Amino acid sequence: MAKGAYSIFSLVRNALRYHEGWPRAWRSPEPQPAYDVIIVGGGGHGLATAYYLAKEHGVSNVAVLEKGWLGGGNTGRNTTIIRSNYLWDESAAIYDKSLRLYEGLSRELNFNLMVSQRGVINLAHNLHDMRELARRVAAIKLNGIDSEILAPADIKAMVPILNVSPEARYPVLGASLQRRGGTARHDAVAWGLARAADARGVDIIQNCEVTGISREGGKVTGVETTRGSIKAPKVGVVVAGHASVLAAMAGLRLPIDSYPLQALVSEPLKPVIDSVVMSGAVHVYVSQSDKGELVMGASIDNYNSYAQRGSPHVIENMLGATVELFPIFSRLSMMRQWGGIVDVCPDASPIVSKTPVDGLYFNCGWGTGGFKATPGSGFAFAHTIAEDRPHPLNAPFSLERFTTGALIDEHGAAAVGH
Amino acid sequence: MLLIPCPWCGRRDESEFACGGEAHIARPADPDAVSDAEWADYLFMRTNPKGAHRERWVHVHGCGRWFNVARHTVTHDISAAYKVGEKPPGDAS
Repeated sequence: MAKGAYSIFSLVRNALRYHEGWPRAWRSPEPQPAYDVIIVGGGGHGLATAYYLAKEHGVSNVAVLEKGWLGGGNTGRNTTIIRSNYLWDESAAIYDKSLRLYEGLSRELNFNLMVSQRGVINLAHNLHDMRELARRVAAIKLNGIDSEILAPADIKAMVPILNVSPEARYPVLGASLQRRGGTARHDAVAWGLARAADARGVDIIQNCEVTGISREGGKVTGVETTRGSIKAPKVGVVVAGHASVLAAMAGLRLPIDSYPLQALVSEPLKPVIDSVVMSGAVHVYVSQSDKGELVMGASIDNYNSYAQRGSPHVIENMLGATVELFPIFSRLSMMRQWGGIVDVCPDASPIVSKTPVDGLYFNCGWGTGGFKATPGSGFAFAHTIAEDRPHPLNAPFSLERFTTGALIDEHGAAAVGH
Repeated sequence: MLLIPCPWCGRRDESEFACGGEAHIARPADPDAVSDAEWADYLFMRTNPKGAHRERWVHVHGCGRWFNVARHTVTHDISAAYKVGEKPPGDAS
């Protein structure tokens, strides 16, 4: 077992020392003047990219630059849902790769990501929803991904607190279920990836904001930061909501709009729901954390913003529908609420791509549902950077698709549900 | 919650409106003459600035009219609302 690995033995040993001997999970190095690769953005996708660069491609002279603290953006503030029930083949491939990586990642990283495959249920409330659901389940199955249709009685058996009465404001006619879907602990994903990347030699540099992208003759030469210039022949940008801002530094425009996405957490309560329930039609998704809090999300506030806050009426709409579906929640207090900035593409699919600038790569546009894609996105992006060409998984998610017209329309799968 | 000054109806609650995204994107006069890249730029590419933004709004649950708003994307301050076809305030061109 590697030095410093977490195990029952290290737990006992440290317990006997009053837990005063735990080493830091990752170093906090000063930036070097130059690296082989710079990753801009220390969220889950950036850390996963650095981890797979080191692990799969032997590129470990890598810096991850984070303007705030590690995992302090959308990675630490999402609704933690993981699933791969996407309609189109291209999406199914990359999201299911991600889910399969999640299934083995706790052991691989020697860090408990608390991956809980508790099942993700998507509700249908009318005849059209049911038809669409049947189409999706069939398409998902054809891609070899587990998916099934539930009748109202089956749903009631799994989620007894759900109102399935025919008189309900949003009657439940059926649902799709992906049993391999569920949740993972979002902070642990950031911390586990950071620790494993650091162990392989990656420098994770926090409080280091990129203020410019240096270029010479159409080629990237490095970045300007609040802690000085750092040189690198390859720069990968993974900054979610701020993708357009970073693109502008390199003179590029992206097909992206940034919106606030709000979520909220209730006071803790005894276990009442042991799956993830989502309804695209009424913009609700809810699950219960191990601490007992209900974790819920709304739809986006539909105007461009970088303010990390949204308007109350969006929360009101979402909670109104939630209480209709789960009358037992009506007297719950909400403990906290927040907004994160999500980068949405016109087709609700991500961009993991080379750019017109040599040595500059962008990974963005994951919109409202990036958390579930963290390992798969990092895996594909690391390949794109190391080999200077896309992996088959992300080749369809190129920037060129907006010129060729080969869009991957996942609005039904991604724009609301996460 | 934003308070949006509709040029026809005055200041109303945000929930009466829908946002239509970036304003002043002109459709190419002759679509057949533009390249795929220019067409993609018109259709999909957006400025998405962190700061001053000019955007279209429609008063859906009101007069139903489209108009333009100059709004800051970090503070959400609305500095102007003006009718379609009018020049944005502060634009000398």
